[in-house]
Amino acid sequence: MSLQLPTYPQPDERGRFGRFGGRYVPETLIPALDELQAAYIEARNDPAFLNELERLLKDFVGRPSGLYLAQRLTEHAGGAKIYLKREDQNYTGAHKINNCLAQALLAKRMGKGRVIAETGAGQHGVASATAAALLGLECIVYMGAEDIRRQALNVFRMKLLGAEVREVTSGTSTLKDATNEAIRDWVTNVRDTFYILGSVVGPHPYPAMVRDFQSIIGEEVKVQHQALEGRPVPDAIVACVGGGSNAIGIFAPFAYLPEDQRPLLIGTEAAGEGVESGRHAASVAGGRIGVLHGAMMYLLNDDEGQIVPPHSISAGLDYPGIGPEHCLYSETGVAQYVPVTDAQALDALQLLTRLEGIIPALETAHAIHAAVNLARTMRPDQTVVVNLSGRGDKDVAEVMRLLDLGREQDAAPTPRTPEVHA
Amino acid sequence: MTATLTPTTPGAARIHAAFARAKQEGRAAFIPFMTAGYPTAQAFPAVADALLGQADILEVGIPYSDPLGDGPTIQRASEQALAGGTSTRHTLALVRELRSRHDTPIVIMTYVNPIYAVGPREFMRLAQEAGVDGLILPDLPPDQDLEIADLAAEHGMAVTFLIAPTSTPARVKLVAEACTGFLYAVSVTGVTGTREGSALNEVPAMLALARQHAKVPVAVGFGVKDAETAAQVAQVADGVVVGSAFINAVKAGQDVGALAASIRAGCKQN
Repeated sequence: MSLQLPTYPQPDERGRFGRFGGRYVPETLIPALDELQAAYIEARNDPAFLNELERLLKDFVGRPSGLYLAQRLTEHAGGAKIYLKREDQNYTGAHKINNCLAQALLAKRMGKGRVIAETGAGQHGVASATAAALLGLECIVYMGAEDIRRQALNVFRMKLLGAEVREVTSGTSTLKDATNEAIRDWVTNVRDTFYILGSVVGPHPYPAMVRDFQSIIGEEVKVQHQALEGRPVPDAIVACVGGGSNAIGIFAPFAYLPEDQRPLLIGTEAAGEGVESGRHAASVAGGRIGVLHGAMMYLLNDDEGQIVPPHSISAGLDYPGIGPEHCLYSETGVAQYVPVTDAQALDALQLLTRLEGIIPALETAHAIHAAVNLARTMRPDQTVVVNLSGRGDKDVAEVMRLLDLGREQDAAPTPRTPEVHA
Repeated sequence: MTATLTPTTPGAARIHAAFARAKQEGRAAFIPFMTAGYPTAQAFPAVADALLGQADILEVGIPYSDPLGDGPTIQRASEQALAGGTSTRHTLALVRELRSRHDTPIVIMTYVNPIYAVGPREFMRLAQEAGVDGLILPDLPPDQDLEIADLAAEHGMAVTFLIAPTSTPARVKLVAEACTGFLYAVSVTGVTGTREGSALNEVPAMLALARQHAKVPVAVGFGVKDAETAAQVAQVADGVVVGSAFINAVKAGQDVGALAASIRAGCKQN
């Protein structure tokens, strides 16, 4: 066995990352969270569990994913070397499968035959359905009606894999509401159900456990960067952040290094139509501290505590909060979180596709935009690693719709009504 | 049990007195729930008046956008109330108006985010001004935030935390000892809402455990929908909480006062 799950100094024993995190859930779930925490600690110290996880990550997922020098993108930026950590090479097309396989193995170990999951873009749903099929578990996926419309192909994939997709029409019919429904299901069926949570959000121990399972991304970067550049730590790392699991996966193995050895860590938040427009999903830039889905975090909520519906071009980033560990990183300056708009992401998606032949997910495109801008300000002997968290197959239809819409507007611009001022 | 209580706040004293009065009448305390601003901000006071006519304690819910402990009935009521403009501050204003007409204790059910958004101290100040006697906090296990209970006490109010059939003996002890108003026992694993058939099998064992630690009265809620289920609960509990059934009644245009009277009658203890 060679796989080890890393240990980090956060969270504390109460599941707090500084003031963030915790367990704000109905009492019904507290014993289940205690049980999960105990089972997780036991599993992560059991060679049998780690061997099985390692085997699946290698032979089923196809790890390690590549660390690829994006030559033409680097030339385009004209500064630091841009490396892509190719999580899009994973089976099922994104980083999500790392966590789902691990949690599904844990479910099986705990004797829970029924797993539930929430999904926005569908990547976590597909990964959960895949892991459930592989391990023979019943799988139910909650998905907002709006996301079902945007991600029809992934809905079909989940069904083909044998999962039941339950449409959620409450609230805004997106990821936050799907998460509410998944938690309600868990509250109701907690004795025989395992909740495969898809990001570094939710009540303790989820943010810590999902981080540990995703840390393989950053751990691989250390080894690969050493081989390519003769040193394990890149100068900068950029990753997109919705809930924040791909970003934590690549950040955490570097985040607790001493400050003078730490790379610049940049998380890109979905700024939608711009943070000032109010139509965005940028929880750090445009939110304030609140509690959602069991954790205290930066959150889009109004001055009476009602959750403000987020907006992003990308269903996977369309979440009103951000994982508690990211909140701590932001508060302490360990990482910076920058907003990237829908339009910038759409441009970056086309840029990467044309220059490198890689169609990224819309989520990932947010990180590409920031990485190119950052590399431009750096020296050619420096390196930027972008977490290419997922491939764009799921978004192609939506991108086609958005770009076609743009073309029609270019061809026949709508005459603007002159503004009348009194 | 209620007779030996030494309540810590005026709110707790009023809540305990309500339980004691019901007990003297040979009943479990009847605690109906209604979402503030439902069905509309204008119509809510009449609904609340009808419930207060029968209630020993009224539970008023702050409508919330993401009520993860509630089932579809209360969630839709919350969405409708929010769409009509009722949220945190408006709820407290509605309670203040009810207090001008009624002596019955009123407790607020709220998720924690509205408290944090307004600011815990400011929220407590507003609630105290409105005449709120206690808080029920469905997504706040007491060990998550010890400050909330202290602030509530500082402002004269009691707090109620919840136990569930899944609670371990250690959790029951922790939760029971933290409650200053009453202890709220959730009858089933699940969210709020009426259920088919009797779902109250786990209640007696849970209450037996709770009573070993609780210094306050113990009420049972979730899944109680009519006089019959209320009667079952009243055999073992000090209080009976009924929520979704009243939302459904309002929605169906039924006489809420008559339903409340019937359930109150069902709360009789043998």
